[in-house]
Amino acid sequence: MTDSKYFTTTKKGEIFELKAELNSDKKEKKKEAVKKVIASMTVGKDVSALFPDVVNCMQTDNLELKKLVYLYLMNYAKSQPDMAIMAVNTFVKDCEDPNPLIRALAVRTMGCIRVDKITEYLCEPLRKCLKDEDPYVRKTAAVCVAKLHDINAQLVEDQGFLDTLKDLISDSNPMVVANAVAALSEIAESHPNSNLLDLNPQTINKLLTALNECTEWGQIFILDCLANYTPRDDRESQSICERVTPRLSHANSAVVLSAVKVLMKFMEMLPKDLDYYGTLLKKLAPPLVTLLSAEPELQYVALRNINLIVQKRPEILKHEMKVFFVKYNDPIYVKLEKLDIMIRLASQANIAQVLAELKEYATEVDVDFVRKAVRAIGRCAIKVEQSAERCVSTLLDLIQTKVNYVVQEAIVVIKDIFRKYPNKYESVIATLCENLDSLDEPEARAAMIWIVGEYAERIDNADELLESFLEGFHDESTQVQLQLLTAIVKLFLKKPTETQELVQQVLSLATQDSDNPDLRDRGYIYWRLLSTDPVAAKEVVLAEKPLISEETDLIEPTLLEELICHIGTLASVYHKPPSAFVEGSRGVQHRRIPPRAGSVESAESPDVGQSGSSEAPPAVIPSQGDLLGDLLNLDLAPPTSTVPSVQPSMQMGAMDLLGGGLDSLLGGDIGGSPSMGAGLGAAPTVMPAALGGAPAVGGGLGDLFDLGGGVGMPTGFYVVPKTMWLPAMKAKGLEISGTFARRGGIIQMDMSLTNKAMSVMTDFAIQFNRNSFGMAPAGPLQVLTPLSPNQTIDVSLPLSTNGPVMKMEPLNNLQVAVKNNIDVFYFSCQFPLSLLFVEDGKMERQVFLATWKDIPNDNEAQFQIKDVHLNSDAASNKLQGSNIFTIAKRTVEGQDMLYQSIKLTNSIWVLAEMRVQTGNPNYTLSIKCRAPEVCQFVYQCYEMVLKN
Amino acid sequence: MIHSLFLINNGGDLFLEKHWKSVISRSVCDYFFEAREKAVEPDNVPPVIRTPHHYLINIYREKIFFVSVIQTEVPPLFVIEFLHRIAETFQDYFGECSETIIKDNVVIVYELLEEMLDNGFPLATESNILKELIRPPTILRSMVNTITGSSNVGETLPTGQLSTIPWRRAGVKYTNNEAYFDVVEEIDAILDKSGTTVFAEIQGVIDACVKMSGMPDLTLSFMNPRLLDDVSFHPCVRYKRWESERVISFIPPDGNFQLMSYHISAQNLVAIPVYVKQNISFFETGSSGRLDITVGPKQTMGKTVECLVVTVHMPKVVLSANLNATQGTYNYDPVTKILLWDIGKLNPQKLPNLKGSLSLQSGAPKPEENPSLNIDLKIQQLAISGLKVNRLDMYGEKYKPFKGVKYVTKAGKFQVRT
Repeated sequence: MTDSKYFTTTKKGEIFELKAELNSDKKEKKKEAVKKVIASMTVGKDVSALFPDVVNCMQTDNLELKKLVYLYLMNYAKSQPDMAIMAVNTFVKDCEDPNPLIRALAVRTMGCIRVDKITEYLCEPLRKCLKDEDPYVRKTAAVCVAKLHDINAQLVEDQGFLDTLKDLISDSNPMVVANAVAALSEIAESHPNSNLLDLNPQTINKLLTALNECTEWGQIFILDCLANYTPRDDRESQSICERVTPRLSHANSAVVLSAVKVLMKFMEMLPKDLDYYGTLLKKLAPPLVTLLSAEPELQYVALRNINLIVQKRPEILKHEMKVFFVKYNDPIYVKLEKLDIMIRLASQANIAQVLAELKEYATEVDVDFVRKAVRAIGRCAIKVEQSAERCVSTLLDLIQTKVNYVVQEAIVVIKDIFRKYPNKYESVIATLCENLDSLDEPEARAAMIWIVGEYAERIDNADELLESFLEGFHDESTQVQLQLLTAIVKLFLKKPTETQELVQQVLSLATQDSDNPDLRDRGYIYWRLLSTDPVAAKEVVLAEKPLISEETDLIEPTLLEELICHIGTLASVYHKPPSAFVEGSRGVQHRRIPPRAGSVESAESPDVGQSGSSEAPPAVIPSQGDLLGDLLNLDLAPPTSTVPSVQPSMQMGAMDLLGGGLDSLLGGDIGGSPSMGAGLGAAPTVMPAALGGAPAVGGGLGDLFDLGGGVGMPTGFYVVPKTMWLPAMKAKGLEISGTFARRGGIIQMDMSLTNKAMSVMTDFAIQFNRNSFGMAPAGPLQVLTPLSPNQTIDVSLPLSTNGPVMKMEPLNNLQVAVKNNIDVFYFSCQFPLSLLFVEDGKMERQVFLATWKDIPNDNEAQFQIKDVHLNSDAASNKLQGSNIFTIAKRTVEGQDMLYQSIKLTNSIWVLAEMRVQTGNPNYTLSIKCRAPEVCQFVYQCYEMVLKN
Repeated sequence: MIHSLFLINNGGDLFLEKHWKSVISRSVCDYFFEAREKAVEPDNVPPVIRTPHHYLINIYREKIFFVSVIQTEVPPLFVIEFLHRIAETFQDYFGECSETIIKDNVVIVYELLEEMLDNGFPLATESNILKELIRPPTILRSMVNTITGSSNVGETLPTGQLSTIPWRRAGVKYTNNEAYFDVVEEIDAILDKSGTTVFAEIQGVIDACVKMSGMPDLTLSFMNPRLLDDVSFHPCVRYKRWESERVISFIPPDGNFQLMSYHISAQNLVAIPVYVKQNISFFETGSSGRLDITVGPKQTMGKTVECLVVTVHMPKVVLSANLNATQGTYNYDPVTKILLWDIGKLNPQKLPNLKGSLSLQSGAPKPEENPSLNIDLKIQQLAISGLKVNRLDMYGEKYKPFKGVKYVTKAGKFQVRT
């Protein structure tokens, strides 16, 4: 006789039948009927129509029947609030029952009825239950506060339940303590800034006592709560660690992991030379290993956390490599995680074992896993230099299998190996080329093309190979197209004689037939580079590349630190800060590992001061995806710096791109006589068009160099507020805003540098591209202190105007490169022309007259300056402040005519006539200059000066 | 905390739902079904699935997916452990944990779930407390219930829920007081082609069945406790005494429970009881292959290896196997591609051998992957690590219990690569 009979009553009139049974006089029949109702409810049928009938069964001495009715009530009270009120009296009565089980059940059920009207009645019984003599009732009531808070937070606060709950942390019964902590933690999640769990040494002591005696689940709550505490000193930290350590031997893996979290966090505070520190480290390994023998789902969560722990403290598990070996019947999600950790633990000592394993995995069935295994071999080669040779030969073996996806993955990683160990393994290129045809994935194709381009001089038929790719150019993904473009340009620079046709073909494909702006821009750049200065092109395109970093996929140290504080949580599974994704935790505070004790006065304070991140691996390492992107885009934007020694050359390459390349191509623009490069005499028609139509190119370049800066509009002494020149997201965390000023004849560039990255920035330097007025830094960028995260520093950079000159578009555009220890960043900004108005710009009247006549009328430009409420004298004074000098004034028929002169730093004279009519707020400005292109900018200066 | 639970069978039918807070529409399971679809094999469904508003944490046990829904930051291990606990409770109550049995006992299941969590917080998860609250069904009781109208819900407050030893109820009485311990060790190992051990470790557990009156306080000691450096204990074990004296001191729960589990990873301590000589090869042409497997004893400590089973996961293209076994029976399932050779007892004088040919799908290329062998075996009266119980002492009660210890070694994930 089973309950399955409850599922069979699906015929018509079922509700009607049940109704009759519920109202039966026979107790037994009633109970059966309620059971049927519950059964229907559990499978999702709507039995809400029976509400009054079921509630009628509530007044009973039969505990089971009571419980069943309670179950029903919890489910349907929401939809029948008025009816639910009928149940209130019974609840209130049950809360007074002599049997604590009934009292607890009543208060528990009431809390689950999410109806406002009922919650009002709940308060009094709840208050009593929180102070009940029976701990079972108290612990149930503690949870009930959390429930009530979920329904009506205000009510809970008004009624003072939170304080009562806090008192329960000191309860004599450990289960009550555990439940109070659990309830408070849940409530605290929706009140991020409340001090609900304001822990002090006394409460900590209470919690630690309760920890030993409460249930496994209670232990999890208490441990998680402990993890939020920051001990006052290393002694307290050690004593907490000592009392938490036994939890590592608990059978419940969640308890173990929560204990690991507390220990990982608090051991940060312990002095490293302490014996206990070493003991603790040793104690952490076995429980972590044990987690891996649990069910696969537990293993998965454990592995995600171990991944964090291994990054933070590799020493804990460095001898446990073998437990991460993959078994063929592990679920795929476990396999992939294990593989990841194997790579992290790989070292010279165990690399032979690891490689043998990886080779084994590469012949498994699961495609995803095999791919990752192949990739892992490459990562080993990059990580452990001694093993590189063996890794490469393993990869070659795998390529011989001709299994399509294995070959593709192998090629992708071999490309990285070439980058890491230049001029060492290029002998394998021939083997790679054999597999050209089988590559059908963009990443592999792009990698192969990169290899062909990079080593074009060693591959006899490089041109044929690349040409074969060119046929389907438009069907390729962007990644491949960009790579192909670069590779062919490289090839051309290496073997210019045979490949002219090829390079023209790819340039026209990229610039004319493509609507992808990245591709077009890159195409134009190459084109111009090649056409104006092939030598520079060679320097840019074939520049020496920086080495790639040793280990990829490492989590950024500050994030890692935060995640360590969140071991065992969802955040640790996703490797994202909790603020990034958990909906329930509105505004979680960022948790930090407390700094090590005594670090302030210790000798090594500078690095431990950064919350122990000192021992973390080098900062800013691109994740795998980024790395690849960087690799492919290398010739345009150098990736994050890795080895300091390569910085100069890298920066050179970058500056060349700005200096050499752009100079000549924009120089050509001005000169109007593009000098064609070696084999490009017969360039297609679009070339001159693009050259003539400067905006097109300018636009393209703008994109490239992030021409974001707004137009500055200051006057002489009026300095515009700083505008954003370089947003942090474009510069790996460096944010620059700035403005220009002329103070006492000296031009200054005022900048605010803000570090929005996680790591310290140092080694700042600045450089300008050639510009229309030869502006150049008159001294080095004075950023003396390293810029720590979230710090802003204001610098004033004096500028001179005797730098190299090149006309810019627009004229007042300034392209700037800022370097720091991370990378070189480019931005452009525009300065107000008044910056260049010199103090001795007052012309002799005679000279003025002669010059005015001398300048052809074609060069005269007229502007309207509207809404100026100044009389002519005031205006004249104001303008003089900005070195616009009034030489003469004439009044004709109520109209003031001001004659003014301006001299620019490059000795260009600008003459102006300003007509001011009394009572008319609109001025008329006529500007005459031998270089008419400045007129517009002079006018802008007038406008600004007069209006501010 | 845990918001809701959905039970879903292998065919994708959602057959039970339970909400501990407000009701969450079952449509949230669509995200699960999506992941299920993607994973192909049910074992490969990722345990944590993110949806726009919830997180689904699931386990797969006995062909049932236990899918829980959480909305706030909750430790996933906590949820997974709890789901396993639910599955174990069903197992404990109904003898098995299957869709049929859950449907047959749906009211008890619902009552159990209600008692196990309150508002998503674990409430009563200890088997003995639950059994006091809700009596497990027995044929006799359901008959009695039907006749007398009494229920299977306990009328009294379970005492254990309040005491500091929640795992034991008060007033336990037996006429025969007995305590039995099973030391069960499983060898997890990977052997490579040549028979070298790539990796080996022992997962051990000590299962106990203690039926003793009153509040017995037991102490279990070992001959060689130094073997155990990585242990997990039942909450009843006093950790301090283990730390200081290396003895296991505890007041036992009533009935069956797992006293401790341990893990021995030091490779030199893990003896490998059998060796396998194997040769599985496929020919470039002719769509066929050859198989030859011999199993022999290696380090058996003088005991007999029993229940020896060899399982081979063949590549997809293997259609059938024509083999000859010198001992035991073999069976090749062309659907699951599993070759199962049930050998039985290993006779060291006459080594079992399985030999013959495999036929492949015609025209298919030679399989790339190497099939792996899985070994199953059992050795009675032996803990392969050498662990030995020294004695069991009882304090606190006056009677003299029967005591017994059994040892058994099994193969866990024991894998031979080819």
